Amino acid sequence: MSGAEKIAVRVTEIVPLNTLVTRFKFEPVDGGLLPTFSGGAHTVVEMRDGDRTRMNPYSLMSDPFDQTAYTISVRRDDQGRGGSLFMHTNVTVGDEMVISNPVNLFSLDLRAKKHLLIAGGIGITPFLAQIKQLDRAHEHWELHYACRSEALGSYVDYLTSTHPNDVNVYYDDQNQMIDLENLLDGQPLGTHVYICGPRGMIDWVRGKAADLGWPREAIHYEEFLAPRPGKPFEVKLAISNKVIQVSEQESLLEAMERSGVDAPYLCRGGACGQCETAVINYDGTFIHRDHWLEEDEHAGGKKIMPCVSRFEGKTLVLDR
Amino acid sequence: MTIQFNDETFRDDYSFRNSERAIKRFPFPFDKDSYMYAVNMEQHRGGPADSIYEKRFDVDEHYVAELRDRALVLADDPLRCQTLPHMTLAGWDLLELIMVSKSEDYPDLFELHRDGDKWRWINRPLGIDHSFTFMDETTLPYGPMEYITRQAQGDFCVLDQRDDMLWMDAGMVTTQADWSLDFDIGMNFFEWHAPVPLAHEKGIFVRALKFLLNIQQGAPARRLNWTMTVNPLLDTSPENYHKWGIQKTTITPENLGSKQHLRVELQTFFRLPRSNALVFPIRCYLCSFQDLMSVPKWGRRLHRVVRDLPDELATYKGFIDNRPMMLDYLSKFDDGLPTSNGIWPELETEPALQS
Repeated sequence: MSGAEKIAVRVTEIVPLNTLVTRFKFEPVDGGLLPTFSGGAHTVVEMRDGDRTRMNPYSLMSDPFDQTAYTISVRRDDQGRGGSLFMHTNVTVGDEMVISNPVNLFSLDLRAKKHLLIAGGIGITPFLAQIKQLDRAHEHWELHYACRSEALGSYVDYLTSTHPNDVNVYYDDQNQMIDLENLLDGQPLGTHVYICGPRGMIDWVRGKAADLGWPREAIHYEEFLAPRPGKPFEVKLAISNKVIQVSEQESLLEAMERSGVDAPYLCRGGACGQCETAVINYDGTFIHRDHWLEEDEHAGGKKIMPCVSRFEGKTLVLDR
Repeated sequence: MTIQFNDETFRDDYSFRNSERAIKRFPFPFDKDSYMYAVNMEQHRGGPADSIYEKRFDVDEHYVAELRDRALVLADDPLRCQTLPHMTLAGWDLLELIMVSKSEDYPDLFELHRDGDKWRWINRPLGIDHSFTFMDETTLPYGPMEYITRQAQGDFCVLDQRDDMLWMDAGMVTTQADWSLDFDIGMNFFEWHAPVPLAHEKGIFVRALKFLLNIQQGAPARRLNWTMTVNPLLDTSPENYHKWGIQKTTITPENLGSKQHLRVELQTFFRLPRSNALVFPIRCYLCSFQDLMSVPKWGRRLHRVVRDLPDELATYKGFIDNRPMMLDYLSKFDDGLPTSNGIWPELETEPALQS
């Protein structure tokens, strides 16, 4: 179930930033205005790839108040299932695409006295929109941004030139590291921390903050998992009364959609909980990849998040 | 269509009246002959022509009188409108949502002219023509939420969303069914629903919260809720219980048809784009029993629902003491014939009352 109406857009600009990351600009096909959004929101981009429709979530990085265009940055993932490669190789200026209304699962806490933003790699993108929002409201923030190298530091030049006093950049290949303990220790009361980057970085910051006694509610993070390929498997959908095949390169959610089953979703990245599906019966092993279900739920065999998780075995019957 | 606005009161002499049109479009809340809590949500994207579902924010013949009543309540008790400091952005979101919706849905009544952040708002029914700067509070006579909700029927709860939870962090609440914003401000979803009987055990609130947290931009939702009110009072607040609670004892078999009102709330839910907050407008519609009885289907059904409602709910909704008298009245309008499913009056197809 898609919920809100989709938005028809035209690709009006494609800018390669470095060897991995390319920026895309979308403007509404009908010449109208796009909805405003809140910093941290993403949109789900639909890609018509032959007879299959890929749907990938990307953080909106443009000014949330700019209703004339949205921009996203896509990092090429050569090991992925091809969504980012499709964006890099098949999409050209002038193409029409369909995107979702903005959805925010990584919202700023507007009560914060200060916003401490910690980004790793392509995780910089939601912060670009949040910084626009924070600046407009004259909020207090600082950014700590770790990248692999200067060559792969997307938007470093833009950030350091517009906000020289608030932006701190760290390059892995120069062995630069965020001095996390001192950074967290020196923050004023009422500071909220936001982390967007690889899983290891999120765990590192959350763990250190917990050790230092930070309140859980003051730590916010977002990690979108891309669905990973895996062995094909068969699923019986009890409500729809269908038996479907999930191929190697496709997620269970995508296979359901391809079979005409209206399954709910929001983030398509294992984070929001919207697609949670009850397991009626199974004989095999789940490959849980979400970070929505608790560990005991992963072990319990009663629930699966079809956007990112898979199954290997003989029988899987879902309540869908 | 042009709306004739009633000159009427919701206090003192209670001159509130529903026209025939208003009765026909009254949101009768029972889709079958019994009632129990459910997460009865549906998408809020229009509805039958001239129904209360048709527009994003329904404007009807009571518009001017309801907002006059709101101003009186606020003059007595400014705490009916509160905004925690972090909710100002959500207030601007709400102002934009209501101004854009009303000017598009009722162009003969409301106009919005925007040139960048220079906005001009014309509200004909209330005689307002105001130019201001969007996002600049100093150009409005009140904060943005208060400004626009003094011009919109119904209560408005503006809920912050954090930690997979909703928080009652702002609101304009003057037409409520016995709950207090001043008491609930800052509470979370489970805290402010704590007094509701039976629904917690049924897991209603856990499911409702999950649904609400996932409401998306561009996909508002709605549901109906209901209670009973003696005399057409909009302000049935705990703060003023000493004024209106006693009125429940003034019901007699002779005056029940005109004094006893079914009170229905059209609750809608919109994601606010800039703040990611959720606004929860609660629009109150009142209809006297005697007006409801002009629709045969509603007469039959209301009798059955009131008769079979669990005692806990009749107590919570505040009419357990008057229920026997209500049933004496309502039973005269129930001839035992079956009723059709759904809330609509079906005047053409449902048979008249058989005597």
